[in-house]
Amino acid sequence: MNTEISGVLLSFALTLLIAFPLGKYIANVFKGEKTFTDFMNPVEKFIYRFSGIDPKKEMNWKQHMAALLSINLVWLVYAFFLLLFQADLPLNPDGNPNMTPDLSFNTAISFLVNCNLQHYSGESGLTYLTQLLVITFLQFVSAATGVAAVAVLFRAFAEKTTEKLGNFFVFFTKTITRILLPLSIVIAFVLAFNGTPASFDGKDSIVTLQGDSVQVSRGPAAGMIAIKHLGTNGGGWFGANSAHPLENPNYVTNMVEIIAQVILPMALIFAFGFFIKRKKLGYVIFGVMTAGMLSFMIPNMISELSPNPALQKLGLADAVAMEGKETRIGVAASAYWQVMTTVISTGSVNSMHDSSMPMSGAMQMLGMMTNCFYGGKGVGLLNYFVFLIIAVFISGLMVGRTPEFLGRKVEAREMKIASIIALLHPFLILVGTALSAWVSVRHPEADWAVKPSAWLNNPGSHGFSEMLYEYTSSSANNGSGFEGLGDNNIFWNVTTGLVMILGRFLPIIGPIAIAGLLARKKYIPETAGTLQPDTATFGIMTYAVIMILAALAFFPALTLGPIAEYFQIY
Amino acid sequence: MPTNNKLFEPALIKESLAQSFVKLDPRIMFRNPVMFTVEIGTLIMLGVTIYTAVSNDNSEGTFGYNLAIFIVLLLTLLFANFAEAIAEARGKAQAESLRKTREDTPAKKVFGSGNQQEIKTVPSSQLRKGDVFVCEAGDLIPMDGEIIEGLATIDESAITGESAPVIRESGGDKSSVTGGTKVLSDKIKVEVTTEPGESFLDKMIALVEGASRQKTPNEIALTILLASFTLVFIIVCVTLKPFADYANTPITIAAFVSLFVCLIPTTIGGLLSAIGIAGMDRALRANVITKSGKAVETAGDLDTLLLDKTGTITIGNRKATNFWPVADVNNDDFVNACILSSLADETPEGKSIIELAAAQGIKAAQTQRDNVRFIKFSAETRSSGIDFGDTRIRKGAFDSIRNMVVKANNPFPKEMEERVKTVSSNGGTPLVVSRNEKVLGVIELQDIIKPGIRERFERLRKMGVKTVMVTGDNPLTAKFIAEKAGVDDFIAEAKPEDKMLYIRKEQEGGKLVAMMGDGTNDAPALAQADVGVAMNSGTQAAKEAGNMVDLDNDPTKLIEIVEIGKQLLMTRGTLTTFSIANDVAKYFAIVPALFITSIPALQGLNIMRLESPESAILSAIIFNALIIPALIPLALKGVAYKPIGASALLRRNLLIYGLGGVIIPFIGIKLIDMLISLFM
Repeated sequence: MNTEISGVLLSFALTLLIAFPLGKYIANVFKGEKTFTDFMNPVEKFIYRFSGIDPKKEMNWKQHMAALLSINLVWLVYAFFLLLFQADLPLNPDGNPNMTPDLSFNTAISFLVNCNLQHYSGESGLTYLTQLLVITFLQFVSAATGVAAVAVLFRAFAEKTTEKLGNFFVFFTKTITRILLPLSIVIAFVLAFNGTPASFDGKDSIVTLQGDSVQVSRGPAAGMIAIKHLGTNGGGWFGANSAHPLENPNYVTNMVEIIAQVILPMALIFAFGFFIKRKKLGYVIFGVMTAGMLSFMIPNMISELSPNPALQKLGLADAVAMEGKETRIGVAASAYWQVMTTVISTGSVNSMHDSSMPMSGAMQMLGMMTNCFYGGKGVGLLNYFVFLIIAVFISGLMVGRTPEFLGRKVEAREMKIASIIALLHPFLILVGTALSAWVSVRHPEADWAVKPSAWLNNPGSHGFSEMLYEYTSSSANNGSGFEGLGDNNIFWNVTTGLVMILGRFLPIIGPIAIAGLLARKKYIPETAGTLQPDTATFGIMTYAVIMILAALAFFPALTLGPIAEYFQIY
Repeated sequence: MPTNNKLFEPALIKESLAQSFVKLDPRIMFRNPVMFTVEIGTLIMLGVTIYTAVSNDNSEGTFGYNLAIFIVLLLTLLFANFAEAIAEARGKAQAESLRKTREDTPAKKVFGSGNQQEIKTVPSSQLRKGDVFVCEAGDLIPMDGEIIEGLATIDESAITGESAPVIRESGGDKSSVTGGTKVLSDKIKVEVTTEPGESFLDKMIALVEGASRQKTPNEIALTILLASFTLVFIIVCVTLKPFADYANTPITIAAFVSLFVCLIPTTIGGLLSAIGIAGMDRALRANVITKSGKAVETAGDLDTLLLDKTGTITIGNRKATNFWPVADVNNDDFVNACILSSLADETPEGKSIIELAAAQGIKAAQTQRDNVRFIKFSAETRSSGIDFGDTRIRKGAFDSIRNMVVKANNPFPKEMEERVKTVSSNGGTPLVVSRNEKVLGVIELQDIIKPGIRERFERLRKMGVKTVMVTGDNPLTAKFIAEKAGVDDFIAEAKPEDKMLYIRKEQEGGKLVAMMGDGTNDAPALAQADVGVAMNSGTQAAKEAGNMVDLDNDPTKLIEIVEIGKQLLMTRGTLTTFSIANDVAKYFAIVPALFITSIPALQGLNIMRLESPESAILSAIIFNALIIPALIPLALKGVAYKPIGASALLRRNLLIYGLGGVIIPFIGIKLIDMLISLFM
């Protein structure tokens, strides 16, 4: 047990150890200062010239968003059609079929928005071509989109009163060339040498100890699994994701993967502090996010490591719930992963969340409901920024000054945007869940690929959790699932597709709009009466705002799901 | 002025109670989205109550239970309306008491012009802008106006509470009179400067009353936040219906409405407008008339205060404290010259020179002189004096006398230059005296700094407000006084346009600036400042330019105004926090109550151990209703401001209103539940 916990602590320590210098490096990259990756300069110059990008052209926030949305639209159309016709395209050694239009719609959106909700299984649902040119490609560009968006936020607060917030395509290109590609290559090598497949051959055939003949899927997986974690994407090569022995062969790869997914969200927080020359603000934000993560991690860890009362009643000596967990990874490392993958928006799994204890399920959902304790790379900080603006507003009033953040007044327009974005997440989750609950009660026999009456693997509270989890994961762009749900049918494909796309782009546009509006306001110098955002007190305030907002919006839903289940078991 | 500090005056309560019902009108309610949704909920409950009364269907709960919920909701609305009404009533009463004095005052109106002037007594309500009236000793001044002829001593105690009479005269900066004040001596002719119903007080009353009250930008931003909280809970409550269907739990309409009303921020929603009105009212109680609610809010944000030295930082005027003759001039001879030069000097400084001489036992030689001619002080020569025979005595600023002396080819003694410097650097003002263009010596004048002013500036500094002293003194003197009084910066040898420039410069740096002024030449700067406080004794132009008028003519009033502004914002912030923090306990009361019948295990969530689902819901909404009147005094008085730095203040308020807001309803709801269960 102690070895297991020290493994978890070591993982966290290593993550922090990498993330801090990485943050400094990222700040330098976006500032355009000298870094050791300057050898990529000619590559970038070629890309700019080839694409007709003028890297010196500065954009305002609206131009940034126009660039971001239009390029994303192109990728969406491209991905949708490639998935639709994948069967007849090359690199399909296993002869996998085309996707249905609704599944293709869902999958294209899912990977475009960095969610990676999978209503298919990689072994049978995709070809090597679409795995590489759709899935892996989108995992790179969607990650870079998030980072480029947060770079706009950096710029907005680095200078006093400005409209010019850098060039979106430069941020985007540099994210790929300077951050994602180099790191992915390193991670892919580690994975490949530990047994993750990296081959274009079709299924292999083995004979097991029992003497059965088994077909084993493989493919050029190592590279994809690297960016899947580094980009907080989370979509697995194989259906079982990182619980699959080829996707996550041993404890070392498990550590590499869990570290890889957390370093960028964490590094970007430090990068923010470095970039705007307010290191302390970066540290305070990091502190709040870590406190938030721990508030979910500790209960999750405790409930997973403690005996399951249902098993205890059976008189088992070791009554820890092992269903859905891999023995090569262990309980503590699984619990650590469960929380990390949900607080940041990766959504890859190394154990089945559907089988975790009720309290753990609640913590995982809360991680996605808050969605900003680290959060996805780039977008986590953007989500946090929305809550921060609300906290600034309330606490500004509490100290008797009209609210301001870093010398810019927060007024009605910014509050309107922040309120809408803060509202959006509960809206999407609750309305989606309500819709599915209503359909499953009122129209159980609707004629879909999976009938609503057959959607849920479990009745009662746990079934409710499965639906709630699915929409929470979609809206948070997380992509993990309570995999008890029969979700490959038109209802789930379309509704979660819509939730994912709204849950991605509005929470990017909103905070960037606020930052852009604030950036062009007159700068107000600080006085003794100014509320400092880089103090522990303000950090506690922000933490309270995030937690209370989540609790208020989701308490009744959680009560019917995991909380009811918890009280039924204990 | 009768300042009433009782929060609930019986007469006001009666009026406010009536208003609470009038304000139930949905057209009025609509302005407040949070309470408007409560009104809709109340109407729904009225329907349900009637339905349960006439039918035998008990699936929506008993008639008594629904009626109880309806009544509590109605009370919630009435309490919120009452808060607004009492704030309005108090503000109005305060303003009315000022206005009453001037209505129906007989006015001696002047008809015609030139030699055909005729004076008739008319009611003051008939006076129009541009009319002229006459006031003699014993008369009440019927309306605000400007003296166009004469001088009078006036008792302004009706407005300022200050018993010492003041002198007002035509021309200059002290020509303005206020309606309701009393002429004690002499006779003045006054021109009316405002139309009836347009005086500052009238505007103020209109502001306090609902009609022309506009939401301030900050209030709008807060309303948006509160509306979005309301929206969250609409979503929560609406989606709860299919959730409950899935869990096979019927939820009554009463429970839905109660849950919704409990969760939305009714506490702050109900008190929001009362807080705003009370802010203006507090300003009025400090004898400051504000022209908009926004001005009060802005005051809380001020970064820089421009304060005149004289009267604000120092007591009145400088006094002569020392005579410093040149080495080869006899002391008595010098003092004699000083007295002569000051004989015609009516300024307090001039008088203090004669007083100091008298104190030293030296009296002016009583000799007859020929051709006596007094030279008045002028801005160009910056000196004054006396000519008789062929003697010319001059007294004035160092550089002006030096110019005069040097022009006459006389030396300016080195020791006197030293003396001038010493005096200046000690905060004194040196006046150089010369006879026939030869330097005789220096008179030292000293400023007396008001007691307690240093502490007030210290307090301002802790609030983050920078103080700037404006003075006509030379930079050396100004610096000394600035250091002694503890101001952060000073403008020395200030001309009116210097103030303007300073304000502009600060504003360009993003700062909010306030200044106080009275003269016409202050008007541009008052208009430029974010908060311009005109003294009531000031000219009409100054009063028009500023956005506040101080009835007391007290320059230190700015400090109070800043605190009132801060209190206003803080009260909003803390009550918002309190209101939202309350929801935690309400959830723990209501949510288990909703589902406990179908999922008995949820009893574990009922941590308050409330008696029954019905009593839990009732206790929660009763608490929700009662907290509004309980907080009215706080809303009206405002949260106390302590200049302890922003972070410490946030910590303090977060503990009291945040943590307190989480804990108090747990206790309150439990107590109400215990009480209810006695009857159920």
